[in-house]
Amino acid sequence: MHVSLTHYIIVSAILFSLGLFGVITRKNAILVLMGIELILNAANINFIAFSRYGGLKLDGQAVAVFIIILAAAEAAVALAIILNIYKRFQNVNVDEINTLKE
Amino acid sequence: MIRRGALRRREDWYGTDTMNLFDLVFYFFAIVVLFSAGIVVFSRNIIHSAFALLFTFFGVAGIYVLLNADFLAVLQLLIYVGGILVLLVFGVMLTNKVINVDIKTGTMQTLPAALLVSMMAGTLCGIFYGTDWFVVEKMPEAATTIKDLGEMFLTTYLLPFEIASVILVVALIGAAMIARREKSATK
Repeated sequence: MHVSLTHYIIVSAILFSLGLFGVITRKNAILVLMGIELILNAANINFIAFSRYGGLKLDGQAVAVFIIILAAAEAAVALAIILNIYKRFQNVNVDEINTLKE
Repeated sequence: MIRRGALRRREDWYGTDTMNLFDLVFYFFAIVVLFSAGIVVFSRNIIHSAFALLFTFFGVAGIYVLLNADFLAVLQLLIYVGGILVLLVFGVMLTNKVINVDIKTGTMQTLPAALLVSMMAGTLCGIFYGTDWFVVEKMPEAATTIKDLGEMFLTTYLLPFEIASVILVVALIGAAMIARREKSATK
């Protein structure tokens, strides 16, 4: 069976599911960020696969470039927030930081 | 069958035989991506997760190359591996006591999450597999995408391109402001 669009998007679906699993189950906030990066990579694979096999020209790749830019900005800001949380609470476990709930 | 020397031309990768080199390379990268992503998600050690994420990014870059997105593959290596991954490793080092070598982390609500995610993965794969996609098999003529992408960024996508640059500046300044050690606030 030849590799075609279906193969790529099934890989991206599994990658997305793994990333979502990481986001849901992990306690450490940095591992939650890693899950988000996996999800963004899965979205990028989808965009580029449809750009290649969908008969569109390069619009999918242009959108993928913007996704990479936003991922970089998001990682920088999120890491800064996590460092601040660590300075205040001395850990970064997302289930123990519940001051706003009380 | 694949003849030796017949693989030089790119069109030969789309031959009629059942399993050619292109498919093998794709399956290799797919296995690398999914296996290392599994390590990222399931490993108890944060450092192991970070290094497995390196292989995930490399594998995704390989998949981009197979999809004729050469510029995107280089961008993936430069930004994800060179930027975001280093940032994440810095985050791990700064938020854990590295003196005790094994950096462990816990998980929560594993069973319902596994149930939900596997149901969703099954649904997505079923939909993707069952749909009769409109597929254009023809290879693009251009050898590289850099020239066309550059023209698109300066014509069609000019406004999003400029907004993205402003967002990057704002995000970097904001991150520096947030993460800066305050003189009076902390003790």
